[in-house]
Amino acid sequence: MERKIRVLVAKPGLDGHDRGAKVIARALRDAGMEVIYTGLQQTPQMIVEAALQEDVDVIGLSILSGAHMTLLPKVMQLLREHGMTDVLVVAGGIISDEDAEILKREHGIAEVFGPGSSTQAIVEFIRSNVQLARG
Amino acid sequence: MSEHDLVARLRNGDRRALARAISLVEQGGPAARALLALAYPYAQAHRVGITGPPGAGKSTLVTALAQEWRKRGVPVGIVAVDPSSPFSGGAVLGDRIRMQVLSGDPGVFIRSMANRGRMGGLARATADAVTLIAAAGFPVVLIETVGAGQDEVDIAQAADTTIVVEVPGMGDDVQSIKAGMLEIADVFVVNKADRPGVDQMVRQLRTMLQLGGAPMQGWVPPVLTAIATTGEGCAQIVDAVEQHRQHLTTTDTQIRRALVAAERELSAAVQELILERLRGPRWEAYINEIAARRRDPYAAAMALLDGCEG
Repeated sequence: MERKIRVLVAKPGLDGHDRGAKVIARALRDAGMEVIYTGLQQTPQMIVEAALQEDVDVIGLSILSGAHMTLLPKVMQLLREHGMTDVLVVAGGIISDEDAEILKREHGIAEVFGPGSSTQAIVEFIRSNVQLARG
Repeated sequence: MSEHDLVARLRNGDRRALARAISLVEQGGPAARALLALAYPYAQAHRVGITGPPGAGKSTLVTALAQEWRKRGVPVGIVAVDPSSPFSGGAVLGDRIRMQVLSGDPGVFIRSMANRGRMGGLARATADAVTLIAAAGFPVVLIETVGAGQDEVDIAQAADTTIVVEVPGMGDDVQSIKAGMLEIADVFVVNKADRPGVDQMVRQLRTMLQLGGAPMQGWVPPVLTAIATTGEGCAQIVDAVEQHRQHLTTTDTQIRRALVAAERELSAAVQELILERLRGPRWEAYINEIAARRRDPYAAAMALLDGCEG
């Protein structure tokens, strides 16, 4: 049977704006993926725990609060601690180019999608970078 | 990693191994079957199904019930099923939103499943996922169906105790004598009991149950009320489930149900294996012939099965 791409879409931190996350969830669903949507105000611990239980291939983090340089590295660190380095992590929201560069280079976030990114580009990025053959 | 290692690790409490094993049984195939064969002897949980119409508060009730079991020191596994899109095959699985309060508790394991086009309220692999969670040492596994209408009754076979959740103000009393959902309930819960119409609904359900004559196997499904958002009524529901479990073990109901479930599992396994064996070039050719009305489906099936024996 065909292997479905499973994606966790989560909102770390305290901002309450989940329109973007819902648009992404819907777009990934329409691209044939199974999206686990966890809702607002997730701690990095909650996100990694959900990703582990749901055995996802991808985590999409939407963050608009400005706390991304604290919360996103924490998520990545917890993933490493759980041996989940094969999970593709992408982020979206209000993140400056400089911060995005650091998140990618130093913390292992695969890509950062800013405002105005097309959902098609995000779908394509996930499809080409996800690792489905896992051990 | 071998299936042996995976089952050993999940039985040891390795949650990642459990999560990975569930993905494998969702995919199906020989690896899934090997896993299940290894896990099957250890899968001794009380399986509690929660079903009801969309918006009845199933996820919230599952969360509140899980909290009640946790208060009593019982680890709880949860499988929550949501529908796949019939168009893209994708899904948005949102049951975890309501279950956030359970996060961080190592005595809880939650898995969301898309039904992947399967009718009946569950996914093909739901029962298999429950088997794995049970084998991982969760003595209670809650199964939340997709929002179910009248005929999504697969849960009655997958669960030992089925809770049907209703809310006041949906349809007249004829709804309660129709066949389907209401017949599979071991426990009724009228949720959102702070809304008007609760007493009337409870009365209707009780009347309907009395009309049924002598209770099936001596169990009269209790009609309970709850406000899942506050947890009100949940202790009584868990008590009722425990009483039903007692009832099952002290009568021959459990054995009879086990036989029905076993036959169903066998029939599903035979179907899966036969389909796997028969799919191929001839299968494709017959599909074209049937679509063009040059061959009827039964003749094609007979031809395929005859070839299979040889």
